[in-house]
Amino acid sequence: MSTLREQIQDVIDNEPVALFMKGTPQLVMCGNSDRALRALLDAGAPIAAVDILPDPRIRQELSELSGWPTIPQVYVKGELIGGADITEELHASGELRRKLDGTLGVDREQKVTTVALRLS
Amino acid sequence: MASETIRALLERAFPEAAEVDVVDRTGTGDHFHVTVVSRRFGELPLIDQHRLVNAALAAPLGDGTIHELRITTRGAA
Repeated sequence: MSTLREQIQDVIDNEPVALFMKGTPQLVMCGNSDRALRALLDAGAPIAAVDILPDPRIRQELSELSGWPTIPQVYVKGELIGGADITEELHASGELRRKLDGTLGVDREQKVTTVALRLS
Repeated sequence: MASETIRALLERAFPEAAEVDVVDRTGTGDHFHVTVVSRRFGELPLIDQHRLVNAALAAPLGDGTIHELRITTRGAA
Protein backbone atom coordinates (compact mmCIF):
# COMPACT_ATOMS: atom_id res chain seq x y z
CA MET A 1 0.00 0.00 0.00
CA SER A 2 1.72 3.16 -1.15
CA THR A 3 1.32 6.47 0.60
CA LEU A 4 -0.30 9.44 -1.05
CA ARG A 5 3.09 11.04 -1.54
CA GLU A 6 4.46 7.91 -3.19
CA GLN A 7 1.49 7.84 -5.56
CA ILE A 8 2.05 11.50 -6.48
CA GLN A 9 5.76 10.88 -7.02
CA ASP A 10 4.90 7.85 -9.13
CA VAL A 11 2.71 9.96 -11.44
CA ILE A 12 5.42 12.61 -11.75
CA ASP A 13 8.13 10.04 -12.46
CA ASN A 14 6.25 7.80 -14.85
CA GLU A 15 3.82 9.93 -16.84
CA PRO A 16 5.36 11.69 -19.86
CA VAL A 17 3.33 14.79 -19.04
CA ALA A 18 1.56 15.17 -15.70
CA LEU A 19 -0.89 17.97 -14.98
CA PHE A 20 -2.02 18.53 -11.40
CA MET A 21 -5.15 20.62 -11.67
CA LYS A 22 -8.40 21.68 -10.07
CA GLY A 23 -11.06 19.53 -11.68
CA THR A 24 -10.63 17.21 -14.63
CA PRO A 25 -9.99 17.87 -18.33
CA GLN A 26 -13.72 17.19 -18.83
CA LEU A 27 -14.78 19.56 -16.04
CA VAL A 28 -12.15 22.16 -15.25
CA MET A 29 -12.81 23.98 -11.99
CA CYS A 30 -10.31 26.82 -12.23
CA GLY A 31 -9.24 29.34 -14.85
CA ASN A 32 -5.54 28.74 -14.34
CA SER A 33 -5.90 24.98 -14.65
CA ASP A 34 -7.80 25.63 -17.86
CA ARG A 35 -5.01 27.84 -19.22
CA ALA A 36 -2.39 25.17 -18.56
CA LEU A 37 -4.57 22.43 -20.02
CA ARG A 38 -5.26 24.40 -23.21
CA ALA A 39 -1.61 25.23 -23.74
CA LEU A 40 -0.65 21.57 -23.32
CA LEU A 41 -3.41 20.37 -25.66
CA ASP A 42 -2.46 22.98 -28.20
CA ALA A 43 1.19 21.92 -28.07
CA GLY A 44 0.20 18.31 -28.74
CA ALA A 45 1.04 16.98 -25.30
CA PRO A 46 -0.24 13.67 -23.99
CA ILE A 47 -1.70 14.50 -20.59
CA ALA A 48 -2.14 12.52 -17.40
CA ALA A 49 -4.32 14.75 -15.26
CA VAL A 50 -4.67 14.52 -11.49
CA ASP A 51 -7.54 16.36 -9.82
CA ILE A 52 -6.28 17.81 -6.54
CA LEU A 53 -9.74 18.81 -5.28
CA PRO A 54 -10.99 15.49 -3.82
CA ASP A 55 -8.68 15.82 -0.79
CA PRO A 56 -6.67 18.83 0.51
CA ARG A 57 -3.82 16.47 1.36
CA ILE A 58 -3.07 15.99 -2.36
CA ARG A 59 -2.19 19.64 -2.82
CA GLN A 60 -0.32 19.75 0.48
CA GLU A 61 1.84 16.74 -0.34
CA LEU A 62 2.41 17.92 -3.91
CA SER A 63 3.57 21.38 -2.87
CA GLU A 64 5.86 19.91 -0.23
CA LEU A 65 7.38 17.65 -2.87
CA SER A 66 7.86 20.35 -5.48
CA GLY A 67 8.35 23.48 -3.42
CA TRP A 68 5.81 25.07 -5.76
CA PRO A 69 2.92 26.63 -3.86
CA THR A 70 0.17 26.95 -6.46
CA ILE A 71 -2.00 24.85 -8.75
CA PRO A 72 -1.76 23.91 -11.59
CA GLN A 73 1.64 22.23 -11.82
CA VAL A 74 2.95 20.78 -15.07
CA TYR A 75 5.65 18.10 -15.23
CA VAL A 76 7.39 16.81 -18.34
CA LYS A 77 9.39 13.62 -17.87
CA GLY A 78 9.50 14.16 -14.13
CA GLU A 79 10.63 17.78 -14.32
CA LEU A 80 8.48 20.63 -13.03
CA ILE A 81 7.92 23.03 -15.92
CA GLY A 82 5.84 25.51 -13.94
CA GLY A 83 2.29 26.68 -13.47
CA ALA A 84 -0.20 28.22 -15.89
CA ASP A 85 1.80 31.38 -16.59
CA ILE A 86 5.02 29.58 -17.55
CA THR A 87 3.22 26.87 -19.51
CA GLU A 88 1.39 29.54 -21.52
CA GLU A 89 4.53 31.57 -22.02
CA LEU A 90 6.54 28.53 -23.16
CA HIS A 91 3.72 27.61 -25.52
CA ALA A 92 3.53 31.10 -26.99
CA SER A 93 7.25 31.10 -27.74
CA GLY A 94 7.14 27.61 -29.27
CA GLU A 95 9.47 26.29 -26.61
CA LEU A 96 6.86 23.97 -25.11
CA ARG A 97 6.35 22.12 -28.39
CA ARG A 98 10.10 21.93 -28.95
CA LYS A 99 10.56 20.51 -25.48
CA LEU A 100 7.84 17.92 -26.06
CA ASP A 101 9.29 17.05 -29.47
CA GLY A 102 12.71 16.66 -27.92
CA THR A 103 11.70 14.56 -24.93
CA LEU A 104 8.73 12.59 -26.26
CA GLY A 105 9.35 12.61 -30.00
CA VAL A 106 7.37 14.26 -32.78
CA ASP A 107 5.29 11.14 -33.41
CA ARG A 108 3.91 11.03 -29.89
CA GLU A 109 0.35 9.93 -29.36
CA GLN A 110 -1.78 12.64 -27.80
CA LYS A 111 -4.14 11.07 -25.33
CA VAL A 112 -5.66 12.63 -22.28
CA THR A 113 -6.17 10.47 -19.23
CA THR A 114 -7.29 11.13 -15.69
CA VAL A 115 -5.35 9.51 -12.88
CA ALA A 116 -7.22 8.91 -9.63
CA LEU A 117 -5.15 8.64 -6.48
CA ARG A 118 -6.15 6.18 -3.78
CA LEU A 119 -7.22 8.10 -0.72
CA SER A 120 -7.43 6.26 2.55
CA MET B 1 -4.93 41.60 1.58
CA ALA B 2 -4.19 44.96 -0.03
CA SER B 3 -2.14 45.22 -3.21
CA GLU B 4 0.19 47.54 -1.34
CA THR B 5 1.13 44.79 1.11
CA ILE B 6 2.01 42.47 -1.77
CA ARG B 7 3.97 45.25 -3.43
CA ALA B 8 5.93 45.91 -0.22
CA LEU B 9 6.88 42.22 0.05
CA LEU B 10 8.07 42.20 -3.55
CA GLU B 11 10.00 45.45 -3.22
CA ARG B 12 11.73 44.09 -0.14
CA ALA B 13 12.68 40.88 -1.97
CA PHE B 14 13.67 42.67 -5.18
CA PRO B 15 15.16 46.01 -4.11
CA GLU B 16 16.96 46.20 -7.48
CA ALA B 17 13.78 45.78 -9.51
CA ALA B 18 13.20 48.19 -12.39
CA GLU B 19 9.46 47.55 -12.07
CA VAL B 20 7.13 46.01 -9.53
CA ASP B 21 3.46 45.98 -10.38
CA VAL B 22 0.55 44.42 -8.51
CA VAL B 23 -2.95 44.16 -9.90
CA ASP B 24 -5.89 43.02 -7.80
CA ARG B 25 -7.65 41.19 -10.62
CA THR B 26 -11.01 40.82 -8.96
CA GLY B 27 -11.02 43.69 -6.50
CA THR B 28 -11.44 41.18 -3.69
CA GLY B 29 -7.88 41.22 -2.33
CA ASP B 30 -7.12 37.57 -3.10
CA HIS B 31 -6.57 37.24 -6.87
CA PHE B 32 -3.41 39.03 -7.89
CA HIS B 33 -1.31 39.47 -11.00
CA VAL B 34 2.21 40.56 -10.13
CA THR B 35 4.89 41.74 -12.53
CA VAL B 36 8.54 41.99 -11.57
CA VAL B 37 11.22 43.31 -13.92
CA SER B 38 14.70 42.78 -12.54
CA ARG B 39 18.20 42.34 -13.89
CA ARG B 40 18.56 39.57 -11.30
CA PHE B 41 16.42 37.37 -13.53
CA GLY B 42 19.01 37.71 -16.29
CA GLU B 43 19.52 34.29 -17.82
CA LEU B 44 17.57 32.37 -15.17
CA PRO B 45 15.04 29.86 -16.51
CA LEU B 46 11.43 31.02 -16.12
CA ILE B 47 10.78 28.41 -13.48
CA ASP B 48 13.54 29.82 -11.28
CA GLN B 49 12.33 33.38 -11.84
CA HIS B 50 8.87 32.36 -10.70
CA ARG B 51 10.30 30.45 -7.75
CA LEU B 52 11.93 33.67 -6.54
CA VAL B 53 8.61 35.50 -6.74
CA ASN B 54 6.79 32.65 -5.00
CA ALA B 55 9.42 32.71 -2.24
CA ALA B 56 8.92 36.45 -1.72
CA LEU B 57 5.19 35.83 -1.29
CA ALA B 58 5.52 32.58 0.67
CA ALA B 59 3.67 33.89 3.73
CA PRO B 60 0.47 35.10 2.04
CA LEU B 61 0.55 32.09 -0.31
CA GLY B 62 0.99 29.73 2.61
CA ASP B 63 -1.81 31.07 4.78
CA GLY B 64 -4.23 31.30 1.89
CA THR B 65 -4.64 35.10 1.77
CA ILE B 66 -3.51 34.89 -1.85
CA HIS B 67 -6.05 32.60 -3.43
CA GLU B 68 -4.75 32.95 -6.97
CA LEU B 69 -1.48 34.36 -8.25
CA ARG B 70 -0.42 35.17 -11.78
CA ILE B 71 3.22 35.99 -12.31
CA THR B 72 4.99 37.85 -15.09
CA THR B 73 8.77 38.23 -14.85
CA ARG B 74 11.30 39.82 -17.15
CA GLY B 75 15.00 40.50 -16.97
CA ALA B 76 15.60 44.23 -17.02
CA ALA B 77 17.07 45.80 -20.13
